[in-house]
Amino acid sequence: MTAGLKSHLKGLDSGDSSQAIGNVLRESLSSQESFSQKHGSMSADIIIEATNVSKWYGTFRALTDVNLTVRKGERIVICGPSGSGKSTLIRCFNRLEAHQKGEITVNGIRLHNKMRNVTEVRKNVGMVFQHFNLFPHMTVLMNCMAGPMWIKGVPEAQAKKTALKFLERVRIPEQANKYPVQLSGGQQQRVAIARSLCMEPAVMLFDEPTSALDPEMVSEVLDTMTSLASDGMTMVCVTHEMGFARAVADRVIFMDWGQIVEEGNPNDFFTNPQHERTKLFLSQILRH
Amino acid sequence: MLYQDTVESEVLVHRPWFVASIFGVVFAICLMFNLVGTTFGELMRPVIGDPLQSGVYGRFAIAFVIGVTFCLNIVLIGFAPLKAQIGIVWIELLTLFLAFFKAFNLSLPFIWENLPYLITQGVVTTIYVSAVSLVCASVIAIIAAIAKLSSNGFAYAIASFYTSFFRGLPLLIQIYLIYLGLPQLGIVINAVPSGILALSLCVGAYMTEIFRAGIQSIDRGQWEASRSIGFGFGLTMRRIILPQALPVIIPPMGNTFISMLKDSSLVSVLGVWELTFLARTIGQPTFHHMEMLITAAMIYWIMSACLEVAQSRLERHYARSKAR
Ligand SMILES: Nc1ncnc2c1ncn2[C@@H]1O[C@H](COP(=O)(O)OP(=O)(O)O)[C@@H](O)[C@H]1O
Ligand SMILES: [Mg+2]
Repeated sequence: MTAGLKSHLKGLDSGDSSQAIGNVLRESLSSQESFSQKHGSMSADIIIEATNVSKWYGTFRALTDVNLTVRKGERIVICGPSGSGKSTLIRCFNRLEAHQKGEITVNGIRLHNKMRNVTEVRKNVGMVFQHFNLFPHMTVLMNCMAGPMWIKGVPEAQAKKTALKFLERVRIPEQANKYPVQLSGGQQQRVAIARSLCMEPAVMLFDEPTSALDPEMVSEVLDTMTSLASDGMTMVCVTHEMGFARAVADRVIFMDWGQIVEEGNPNDFFTNPQHERTKLFLSQILRH
Repeated sequence: MLYQDTVESEVLVHRPWFVASIFGVVFAICLMFNLVGTTFGELMRPVIGDPLQSGVYGRFAIAFVIGVTFCLNIVLIGFAPLKAQIGIVWIELLTLFLAFFKAFNLSLPFIWENLPYLITQGVVTTIYVSAVSLVCASVIAIIAAIAKLSSNGFAYAIASFYTSFFRGLPLLIQIYLIYLGLPQLGIVINAVPSGILALSLCVGAYMTEIFRAGIQSIDRGQWEASRSIGFGFGLTMRRIILPQALPVIIPPMGNTFISMLKDSSLVSVLGVWELTFLARTIGQPTFHHMEMLITAAMIYWIMSACLEVAQSRLERHYARSKAR
C-alpha cells in the first residue's frame, strides 16, 4: 500500500497527464450532468442523504448513527481502520446491505425493506469493487454493454457505441474484445469503472478500488478516478490512498467502530486532525 | 490435462525396467492358462507343430511370443505422436473386444435381419423417452436447486424432501410406484408417460444437487456486481450465474445423462417397446439371446459415445473465457 501511495504522490507531482485526460473526457459527461439536473431539482441537488443510520450483523453493530450527505459533484473519501464499517456504509447506499435504523435517501428515493423500485436506485449508483467482479464469461465490451441493454433496453448498436466511448475514456478501447482474465489487474479495474459509467450513474461508489492491485497498477486506476473527479462526477471513495484524498477530495471522513469520528476538508484533516483515533490512524498509515 | 512439467523425462514405455516387468507379467499370465487349444495355438502351428501335442514346450513358446509381441507393441506405440497413440490404442482395444464377441459364434444374418426393427422401434423409443426425460429433469433440477438455496422454508422443505425421496428409492421401484400407484389415486397414465415421469423425477433429483453445487461455486462478488448494476434475480441467474456455473455443471451432468440413457431400459418392465425390451423379446423365442443382447449393448454404447462427444464439445465451448 505504501509503495502505491508513494508512486501516486510522485504521479501527482509530475501529474498534468490526468489533466489532459480530463479535457478529452469532459464532453462525455455532459449527458450525465443533464440527467442529474433533471432529477436534482426536486431535492436541491442532494444525491445521497443518510440520517442516523444503524446496521447490525446479527447482534454485532456494524454502523452506529451515521449521518452523511452527498451533494451533486461532491467527492468524498472515507478512510478508517479495517473492519470499521466503511464497506458496510457504502454498500447500504445501493442496498447491497440493508440498514435497520435511520433513513437513507438516494436520488430522492427512500431505501427500505419493502421497496419495489430498488433497480431505479441501482441504475443511478455505480459501484466499483475491490476485486473488480467483472463477469468472466463475457468479453470486456459485453461487460460494458450488458447493463444498458438488459436494464435500460438500449439497442445493441447504441450500447456498443456507449461502451466503446467509456472504454476509450478509461483508455483501454483496444482490449474491448478480450476476456477479463486476459487483462492485468489495473486494466480490469478500469473496465469495472467503465462498466459502471455505461449506466451513466448519478454517483459512483468505490470500495477500496486499488487495494487488490500490484503497486505499479495503482496509479493508472487512481488517474482514471482523478479524471472522473475533474469532470464533476459525484464520488464516494473508500480508499487508503492519501495522496488521492488530498488531491481530489472535497471532504475526508474518518470512520472507526462503525461511527464517523471526524470529517473535514483534506487540508485540515491531514495537517490538523482533531481526534486521538484519527491521529493514531494517520500516523500508522503515513509512517513508512 | 494435468499440470505438465517442463522438464521432459524419458517415455515410460521406453524404460528397460518397465518393458522388462511388463514382459514378465504378460509371460506369467499366459503361462498360467493353457493356451495351446486356442487360436494362438493354431497360429503357432508352424513353430510348435500340432498344438495339442506340443505340451510344455508349446505352452512356453506361446506365452513367450505373446509377451514379446505385447512389449514390441507398447514400445512402438511409444514412438508415435500423442494423437496417433490414442488412436492406435483405441483401435487395438476395439479389435480385441470384437474378437472376444466373435468367440460367441454369433449368427450375423440374424442380427442384420432384426437390426432395422431394433433401430426404428427400439432406439427411437429409447431416445424419445430419454430426451423428454432429460428436458423435464433439467427444468425440475433448476427449480429445485433454486428452491434449495432460497431462504423460503416452504420451498426448501419441498425441494429437500423431493431430492431425498427420489434419490433414496431404487428407480425400478419408483417406476412401479408411479405406474401402479397412481391409478389407485384415480390417475391412469400409460406406460410411456409414466416411464418418462419416473425417469424425470429421479434424474431431476440427482441433477438438483449438481445444479446447486454449480450455483454455489460462483463467487458472491458476481451476485453483488450483477445486483449493483440493477439486474434482478432472474436476469442475474440466467445471464450471469448459470452461464458461469455451466462449466462446473457439465461433466457431472454428462455422467447423469449417460446413466439415464441406460436406466431408461428399466421402463421395459412396463412393456414399453424400447431397446432392451425388444432385444429380449426378439432373442428369447429364437434362442438368439447373445446376438440381440450384444447388439443392444453396442447400440447403447454408440448412443452414449454421442453424448460424450456432445459433452466434450460443450466443455470446449465454455472453456473460451478461461483461456489466457
Ligand atoms: N456479512 C457479514 N456478516 C457479519 N459480519 C460482517 C459481515 N460483513 C461485515 N461484517 C463485520 O462488520 C464490520 C465492518 O465490516 P466492513 O464494513 O467490511 O469493514 P471495512 O470495509 O471498514 O473494513 C467488520 O467487523 C466485519 O467483521
Ligand atoms: Mg472493506
